[in-house]
Amino acid sequence: MSQDYPLVAAQTMIHAPAEELKLRRRGRGRRGLHGADRIVVLLMVAIPTFLVLALVWFPAVSTVLLSFTSWNGIGGLGTIKWVGTTNYVNVFTNYPPFTPAIEHNLLWLVCLFVLATPLGMFLAVLLDKEIKGSRIYQTALYMPVVLSLALVGFIWQLFYSYDQGLLNAVLGTHIDWYGDSNVNIWAVLVASSWRQVGYVMLLYLAGLKGVDPTLREAAAVDGSGETSTFFRIIFPVMRPINVIVFVITVIESLRAFDLVWVVNKGRNGLELISALVTQNIVGEASRIGFGSALATIMLVIALVFITIYLATVLREEK
Amino acid sequence: MTRPKSEAEYLASLVPPSFAATQLGRRTLFKGAVGGAAALSVPALLAACSSSGTPAATGGGAGSTAASKGTVSFGSYQSDATPKKALAAEIADFQTTTGNTVKLNTVDHNTFQENINNYLQGNPDDVFTWFAGYRMRFFAAQGLTGDISDVWTKLTGFTDGFKSSATGDDGKQYLVPVDYYPWALFYRKSVWAAHGYTVPTTMDQLIALSKQMQKDGLIPIAFADKDGWPAMGTFDILNMRINGYQFHIDLMAGKKVWNGPEVKKVFDTWTSLLPYHQTESLGRTWQEAAQTLQQKKAGMYLLGLFVAQQFTAAEQSDIDFFTFPAIDPSIGSDALDAPIDGMMMRNKPKNEAGAKALLTYLGSVQAEKINLANDPGNLFPNSGLDTSSYTALQKKAAELVGSAKNIAQFLDRDTRPDFASTVMIPQLQAFIKDPTKVSSILDSIESQKKSIFTS
Repeated sequence: MSQDYPLVAAQTMIHAPAEELKLRRRGRGRRGLHGADRIVVLLMVAIPTFLVLALVWFPAVSTVLLSFTSWNGIGGLGTIKWVGTTNYVNVFTNYPPFTPAIEHNLLWLVCLFVLATPLGMFLAVLLDKEIKGSRIYQTALYMPVVLSLALVGFIWQLFYSYDQGLLNAVLGTHIDWYGDSNVNIWAVLVASSWRQVGYVMLLYLAGLKGVDPTLREAAAVDGSGETSTFFRIIFPVMRPINVIVFVITVIESLRAFDLVWVVNKGRNGLELISALVTQNIVGEASRIGFGSALATIMLVIALVFITIYLATVLREEK
Repeated sequence: MTRPKSEAEYLASLVPPSFAATQLGRRTLFKGAVGGAAALSVPALLAACSSSGTPAATGGGAGSTAASKGTVSFGSYQSDATPKKALAAEIADFQTTTGNTVKLNTVDHNTFQENINNYLQGNPDDVFTWFAGYRMRFFAAQGLTGDISDVWTKLTGFTDGFKSSATGDDGKQYLVPVDYYPWALFYRKSVWAAHGYTVPTTMDQLIALSKQMQKDGLIPIAFADKDGWPAMGTFDILNMRINGYQFHIDLMAGKKVWNGPEVKKVFDTWTSLLPYHQTESLGRTWQEAAQTLQQKKAGMYLLGLFVAQQFTAAEQSDIDFFTFPAIDPSIGSDALDAPIDGMMMRNKPKNEAGAKALLTYLGSVQAEKINLANDPGNLFPNSGLDTSSYTALQKKAAELVGSAKNIAQFLDRDTRPDFASTVMIPQLQAFIKDPTKVSSILDSIESQKKSIFTS
């Protein structure tokens, strides 16, 4: 008997009633798990599954379903009217803010990739050099990440206001930073990048600290310069960090919302899909079906990136 | 009156007669006595008892619960300092005169508006702040707000105009108007006196005046549309001057086309006025535009009476206004936007008697007197109010509204909210950005209107 229970202490065995032992043995024989363990495992699988279904799949599927309906959000589900693809036709042909919104989301993505991320990386490399006052710079640069984007929007409003803003007053310019639809997206991107740079910097800083110093020494011994060491050795070694930064950048640019909402509710040159979804669903408008169609389009775009990401990760695992 | 037999009876005697007239059925009374003190306003019930001469025994029965007076919950969007203070003073007065307790729940103005759908479908307060117009009728038609026709039988001093603004599509009343403000062209007397300007009465005079102001180094018409709604005021007034009030109502109801010659003419007129408007308006808030008027950099500003908020107390007497001049003589200038704010009751309130008592109070002269003492930026609809303490500006505004034949609410209060916010705001901003694209903008409005009004 004791052979069957190598992990159970002798005293426990003696005190356990024979009946229970029998049960345990049977349970173990079939599944390799005891009754209590099985419940724990079941709960550990069921709870997350339930949460994922309730919080992710149910809303996502509902959104897709609602996008084919017309509903003002008032009254029971019986008041929902099936309208087929009308909402999508309207989004693409009868909704002027849609095209700029797509363009702005893409521009956001490109800007964060091309400007914010390399800049954050560059600052991380500089700070990694243990220069004097490194901690202060680090704190100053990371500060915007701690602030909510709504607050960031407010802070930049003080800079950008046409009549009362700092920029026009100091530079003596007459640029309508937030009102001119050719300028305001760039103004907002600066504010957004300001925050993104700090985030990326912190991630890379953590990554750089984790790089084995012997790699640098080896490179130096082999006569590799500072730049080539970074690009040929350090950067590839930080692959996990790079993947995280890539994912974060994509997520940040797709869910960009708060900043433009604070500035002008995502209108007049600051259209973003997320802002259009909110304009249509939240608030008095309540075009639930139409807003859901926009949200579904956003979901499809997100899926493209998620697929690319998963494909890369899965291929590696093989 | 004889000496009160109980505390409850004493409290009941404090209730004003206007409110004591509340007719309550025995069933309600029973529910109140049994169902518990917290939910129903006991003093209100007692007041009903005393007025209908119910034997003291009944009063005594309910009297045991009198210690916990009825609580009315009140959702308010009056988050700005001035109106918030005024409302707090009114509530304090209501509590002391009726013995009810009001649980005030103040939410940021814009947040309140944006969440109204969820708010009303969730667990709204018994009484809440809202607006007259389509916005009121819509929720009434959806059955989300309570019929308060019986409150209206007790309200005095409201003209038929106000009553109709409180009436839903089914002919019942759903709102108690508490304040309103006209839209007009505001200016500073001192600036106009210094330059010798006179009030224009025709469009030509307005343009001539604007040109003169430009020569004098002033921005003729201050303008801001960052938030999207102020430009609706400009559109409304031009539309009502060119096509008349009825056209405005029909257009808002979706019965007229946007890309026809009538609306085209409105935008063409607007285009001819745009050179006299403050530029870079899409990045400016109305507060900033009002400050250019206040700082004597601009000559005029088309806005609601609330523009006065941006002036100091000493400057209040320097503000004056005139209504937008006539464009078409056959239509004249006797229509204007004068949005009405009011209070509504949720459907099936937890404390119906208390809610109706509060609504009756808020529409009373007594309440408006307190409101007037605290908030100079509004007009008050009850004709029983002694307006001698109105500022000169308020008096003139009241006269303007009183002389107007037709009063519109405002573009976003007269039409469907989905159309106003998701179509009109972006399209008006597109027009301000590039007025030459007016034809395609109007085609787009019409095409979007069709899809929204038929959905």
